[in-house]
Amino acid sequence: MIASALKRAKALPLSGKVGLALVIFWLLIALVGPMLAPYPIGAFVAYDVFDGQSADHWLGSDYLGRDVLSRLLSGARYTVGLAAAAALLASSTGTALALTAAVGGAKVDEPLSRFMDMLISIPSKIFSLVLVAAFGSSLGLLLLIAAFTYVPGNYRIARALAVNLAQMDYVQVAKVRGEGRFHIAIAEILPNMIHPLLADFGLRFVFIVLLLSGLSFLGLGVQPPDADLGSLVRENISGLGEGALAILAPAVAIATLTVGVNLLIDALPGQGKGR
Amino acid sequence: MSEIPHVEVRGLTVTARNTAGEIFPIVSDIDFALKRGEVLALIGESGSGKTTIALTLLGHARPGARIAGGSIRVGDVDLTTLDRSALAQLRGNRIAYIAQSAAAAFNPSRTIMEQVIEPALIHDLMPRSEAEAKAVELFRGLALPFPDLIGSRYPHQLSGGQLQRLMAAMALITDPELVILDEPTTALDVTTQIEVLRAFKAVVLERGATAIYVSHDLAVVAQMADQIVVLSQGRIQEAGAAAQILHAPADDYTKTLMAAARPAIRPAPVKADLPAAPLLEIKGLTAGYGKIDKEGRPRIPVLRDINLTIERGATLGVIGESGSGKSTIARVIAGLLPPASGQVLLDGEPLPPGLKGRSREQFRRVQLVFQNADTALNPAHSVGRILARPLAFYHGLKGNAAHLRVLELLDLIRLPATLIDRPIGGLSGGQKQRINLARALAADPQLILCDEVTSALDTVVGAAILELMAELRRELGIATMFISHDISTVRAICDDILVLYAGTMVETGPRAAFGTAPFHPYTDLLIGSVPEMRAGWLEESHAGAAPPPIGAAGDHPDLCRFLPRCAARVDGLCNTTPPPRHLLAKGSRILCHHGDESLIPS
Repeated sequence: MIASALKRAKALPLSGKVGLALVIFWLLIALVGPMLAPYPIGAFVAYDVFDGQSADHWLGSDYLGRDVLSRLLSGARYTVGLAAAAALLASSTGTALALTAAVGGAKVDEPLSRFMDMLISIPSKIFSLVLVAAFGSSLGLLLLIAAFTYVPGNYRIARALAVNLAQMDYVQVAKVRGEGRFHIAIAEILPNMIHPLLADFGLRFVFIVLLLSGLSFLGLGVQPPDADLGSLVRENISGLGEGALAILAPAVAIATLTVGVNLLIDALPGQGKGR
Repeated sequence: MSEIPHVEVRGLTVTARNTAGEIFPIVSDIDFALKRGEVLALIGESGSGKTTIALTLLGHARPGARIAGGSIRVGDVDLTTLDRSALAQLRGNRIAYIAQSAAAAFNPSRTIMEQVIEPALIHDLMPRSEAEAKAVELFRGLALPFPDLIGSRYPHQLSGGQLQRLMAAMALITDPELVILDEPTTALDVTTQIEVLRAFKAVVLERGATAIYVSHDLAVVAQMADQIVVLSQGRIQEAGAAAQILHAPADDYTKTLMAAARPAIRPAPVKADLPAAPLLEIKGLTAGYGKIDKEGRPRIPVLRDINLTIERGATLGVIGESGSGKSTIARVIAGLLPPASGQVLLDGEPLPPGLKGRSREQFRRVQLVFQNADTALNPAHSVGRILARPLAFYHGLKGNAAHLRVLELLDLIRLPATLIDRPIGGLSGGQKQRINLARALAADPQLILCDEVTSALDTVVGAAILELMAELRRELGIATMFISHDISTVRAICDDILVLYAGTMVETGPRAAFGTAPFHPYTDLLIGSVPEMRAGWLEESHAGAAPPPIGAAGDHPDLCRFLPRCAARVDGLCNTTPPPRHLLAKGSRILCHHGDESLIPS
C-alpha cells in the first residue's frame, strides 16, 4: 500500500511533487500545529503590535500584540480541516445527486436540476448570516453551511459530465447487458468523471476557504480567540499599509495551501493525458 | 511538357517525439516523383504514415513532429527551405488540400460561396465577382445540383457527398499545381462515393492538375491513380505504375492488402439438426422517434414493417446506406429503442419491448457489439475487468474461476494473456475490437448483433476480425446479425441478406440470390457502386446514372421510398401506387412493381 503510494508519487511530474509536498506539509501542520505553537493562541506576548520578525516571535506580532506563528499554527487546522471536510461533503453530495439525475431519466433529472437552480439563486453570505443568527455559530454549522452552499455548483458540473457520459456506447452496452442503474452510475460513469471532479474539488476548496474567512471577518465564523487562516488575514488587514508580517504570513499560508492542492490535482494522471 | 518531374520527394524523413522525450521516425527514406498532370496514390493502413507524407507536401508537420531530412520539391521550390510566410503564400494557392471529413472542414456559420472563394480572395488572385463566377463553373463541373444557387446555402443544408465535392471546388478555385486529397471518400456511402469519384476525376482531368491521393482503399485508388506507392510503418513497400501494382504486385505486403480487399467467400456451415423454430423472429416491426399516432406510426419513422427471421447458428446480413435504419434494427432487438408496433420473438417467446421487464437470461442470450470499439469499451477499466463483468453478472463467476475464463476468452480471440491488466487506452484498434467481441462472447449468447464491426478498422485488420468471427461461429454455433454498408463483405460471410432502404426492406433472400441478376433497382445500385480493382471501372459503371424523368409523386405513405433515385421507375405507376412485395425466380423477395422480366439485367 505504502510502497505503491510512493511509486505513484515518484511518477508525478515536478509540479505534482511540489503540490504533494505542500499538501502533506499543511496536513501535518493541521495535525500537530497546536503542539508546536510556542505561545498560547490568545496570549498577548509582544510589546508592540505589528512587530517584525524577531528571535522571540519568528513571524512577528499581530494587531493586538499576539504571536503570529502561534496563531498560524493553531489556525491552520480550522482552514484545512473545515474547508477540506466541507469541500468533500459538497462534492460527494453534489456528485451523488448528479449521478442519480443522469441515470434516473428526465423524471428525476428535471425536478432535481430545477431545485438546484433554486438553491444557486440564494446568496451564500446572506444565507449563512441567517443560519448563524438563528442557530449560533459552531464548527458543525459552519461545515454544513459551507457544504450546502457549494453543492449546487458541484452538482451542475458533475451532472453535465455525467449526462454526456451516460450517452457513451459503453454505458449503452451496460444497459443492454441488463445492468442496474447503480452499477452504471458507479462502475461505468463515475470513474470517467473523477479527474474533472477533482479539479472542481480544488476549486470548491479554495472557495470555501474564502467563504469561511469572509464569515470570520463578519464575526460569524470561527470564534475568537481561535482563528482560521482567513480570519488571520482579515483581522490584520490594518497592517497592510506597513506590509506587516502578520498579514503576509497567513496570506502566504493560504496561497501555498490552495496552490498546493490544485497543483497536486492537476498532476494526477487523468484521461487524455499520457496515453 | 518537360520530362523533369513536377513534384519530387527525395529521402524524406519525419520524426516525432514520444511522451518519454525520445525522438523516433514516423516516416523515413521516402522517394517519389510525379510528372505534371499525374495522379499518385499513397496507400497503406492507418499508422503507415500516408497522411504525414501528404502533409509534408504542404510544408506542414503535425504538432510534435518535424521534417527532419530530405527534400520536397514542387515546381521550382523546395518546401523544406521555405519559412512560414513563404509557405502561407503557397498553401491554398499553388498547393491545395482536400480533407477526409468535409462536414468538419466547413464553418457552419458562413455560406458555402464565402468559403469556396476564400482562398482566391486571401491570395488576392481575382476580384470577388470573378471568383464567384469561377466557383459556379466548378460547381457545374463537379455535377452539383443547382450550381447557381448552391453557393448561398449553409453547410448543414447539404449532404456529406455534396460537401466533399464543394471542398474540391474550394481547393481548385485557385487553379493549384498540386492537389492533395486525403481519404476524400472514406466517410461516404458507396453510392455517394461513386458520384464524388466521378466528379473528382472529371475535374482533375479537365484542369490537368497534379494530384496526390491518400487512401486505404485499393479499388478506389485503381480508378484515380497513374502511380501507386504502398506504405507500411513509415516506409515504402512497393512503388510503381498503377497497372503493375494492381495486377502484378511484387511485394508480400501489397499482396496481403489486395487479398484483404477482396473478402473470400466462405461456405455456409452445414446446419445441424436443431429445432426448427427460428431463434429470432421479427414481425411487422415499426420503430422510430417521437409520438406514436393511432395507426402505430411514430412521428419520425425509422423502420417500417420489418419482418425477418434468424435461424440458430445462421448469419443474417443487413445492408444499407447510412440513415437506412440498419443500426436501429439492432437497437430495437437489444431493447434500447422500444418499437412503435410489431413484435420481437426470441425462441418463439415475445421479448418485452424495452429494457424494462427483460429477464437477465433474455439479456444474456442477445448480445450487441457496437461499431466503434473506442467508445464501446470503458476507458477507465482494464481488459480483465471488462471481460470479467459479464462473467460475474450472468454466470456468477468470481475469483479464480473468472480469471481462468477470461484467459480462455483472450485465447479464443487470439490475444496474449499478458493484456489482461492493460487499460483500454493502450490497445490498438484491432485489439479493442477483439475485446469488444470477447465481451459479447463472455455472456455465452445465442445471438450476436454486430453493428458495422469492421468499418472503423483497416482492411487487413478487418479481414482478420471477419476470419475470427467465422471461426467462432463454426466452433460455438452462435447466430449473428451482421450489419454493414459493405455489400461485398456481407455477400462473403452471410447466409441470408436483407437490403434496407430508408427503413423499408427492399430485397431479402438467401445469399445465392444475391450473386445473380436481376436485383431490386436499389440492390443493383449498391452492387454497381462497389469499386472494382481495375482501371476504367469508373467510366464503365452505369451506377448512379440520372434516373428517368417522372411526374410528381402522390402523397400515399406507402409509396416506394427509393422512387426519387430509382433508375427503373415508371411514370404513372411508381408515383401513384404502393409497390407489391413479391418473389423473384432466383429466390429473393423484392418490394418493387417490376418482375423478373422488366428489371434491368446487370
